[in-house]
Amino acid sequence: MAKSETIESAASLSSGSGIEVAFKINGKPVRLALDPRTTLLDALRETLQLTGTKKGCDHGQCGACTVHVNGRRVNSCLSFAAMHDGDEILTIEGIGTPDNLHPMQEAFVEHDGYQCGYCTPGQIMSAVALLAEPCGPSNADVAECMSGNICRCGAYQNIVAAIQSVRDRHVIASVRDRRVILSEGATRSVAPESKGHRNT
Amino acid sequence: MNTFRLERAETVADALRTIAARDGQTRDGQTGEVKFVAGGTTLVDLMKLGVETPTQVIDINRLPLAGIQRTEDNGLRIGALARNSDVAHHADVTNDYPVLSQALLSGASVQLRNMATTGGNLMQRTRCVYFRDTAMPCNKRDPGSGCAALDGFNRNLAILGTSEHCIASNPSDQNVALTALEATVQIASSTKGERSVPIGDFFFLPGDTPERETVVEPGELITSVTLPPPQAGAKSTYLKLRDRASYEFALASAAVIITTNEGNIEKARIAMGGIATKPWRNRDVEVALEGKPASREHFENAARILLSNAKPRHGNQFKLELARRCLIHALTLATATGATDSTGRDGRAEQ
Repeated sequence: MAKSETIESAASLSSGSGIEVAFKINGKPVRLALDPRTTLLDALRETLQLTGTKKGCDHGQCGACTVHVNGRRVNSCLSFAAMHDGDEILTIEGIGTPDNLHPMQEAFVEHDGYQCGYCTPGQIMSAVALLAEPCGPSNADVAECMSGNICRCGAYQNIVAAIQSVRDRHVIASVRDRRVILSEGATRSVAPESKGHRNT
Repeated sequence: MNTFRLERAETVADALRTIAARDGQTRDGQTGEVKFVAGGTTLVDLMKLGVETPTQVIDINRLPLAGIQRTEDNGLRIGALARNSDVAHHADVTNDYPVLSQALLSGASVQLRNMATTGGNLMQRTRCVYFRDTAMPCNKRDPGSGCAALDGFNRNLAILGTSEHCIASNPSDQNVALTALEATVQIASSTKGERSVPIGDFFFLPGDTPERETVVEPGELITSVTLPPPQAGAKSTYLKLRDRASYEFALASAAVIITTNEGNIEKARIAMGGIATKPWRNRDVEVALEGKPASREHFENAARILLSNAKPRHGNQFKLELARRCLIHALTLATATGATDSTGRDGRAEQ
């Protein structure tokens, strides 16, 4: 189904009790009328057919639904889509394509950072966000920063290796006493932040 | 999930006006409950479970309450909408209130901390499995229905501040640090204006009304949290003990802020998490330490006083020993030679 048709049908379904929301998804403006119960995750998957973002626990405990909102990673299952009016949302579909993988996606392939693959979009969205966060240099630091993404296959070691390989390839700069990794990925995913503070 | 109406508020006055107008409004023959939503990490979760069933939700994310600023007396005012990650990494917090930064960073995941707010965390609900399961009795969720936790799964529940009606533990890390820091909560309403409540008076014990958890009344909105000026020379730590090393609620935690003079403790501020029905501060524990040497003997005594009225159940008996060790170890870390007053790095390394 084409995206425009999907949006239209959603609007007619929820007319009367619906709430309008306009946001940007992967750079494209989208306007929807939604049942207010629709989570951001369900709007992405069910309304916009962006099924790269996965539903795992649906309660903020597994991280499979991780997307970026205004440059910071969040669990898309735990907010209503209508709370995101005016926000800029980045999903796994906006990170790279099969022909033009994001360096983090390449690294996950290179390091075998997945088995069944279900948690992988969330892992990669977290990993890309991590590049611009105040995360320490060690593998343990990376594991701590990635603890919100569960992998039931247990690919953790390879996930950490993939992330570290991307960090190693990019410039390490010290910003305000914190080690912050500057990378292509970070530049692409980080939106302007208030007061110049880096996100967690 | 039950249906509800979602409205967006732009200002504090707008939010208060809307909730005053909507509260108590009936819908489908039932009295409607109105909830503010900010991060959504607790409320949306509980709405999916049918535990929270508001008929009206007011989105307050646009309110200008995300700022973090020094107060006139060199304290710190943290806006109710400041996200946990922004607070944890704010230079004024890491420099002057490291125990709050440590507590925040020990909680949840990066994703959740990017969403969760200061005010929302004050209103965080318990993780008691019976509270979260509408098929089970729970006096907090459904007053008068009974407490399935008393003789059920209660490993994660409270041993202090409990009643025969409820043993649910307060799950927050932030609120433990705020309690040790003697924070004040600012609350606004359209009818009563703004009031300030010391954190020690903010949370209720369950008693025979476990459904009443805080002083926040219908129609009221938390606008900020204020920290007093930092104590010169104070050393602090937040120690959190849990079933796994990250992304897990506390079984026992301790926020400890200590000033010493030539080996003697001058001032002690101690709050415990994970073991009580609210962030737990017992002034007797602090008094027992003040004026005494920072030694194992006095730490042991403090732990004895802390736990003297504990009432464990079959599943959380182990918390007597865990909480004892948690407090003693936190005090040891905070008073150790080389413990710093600015980074708390020694304490953090032990978590």
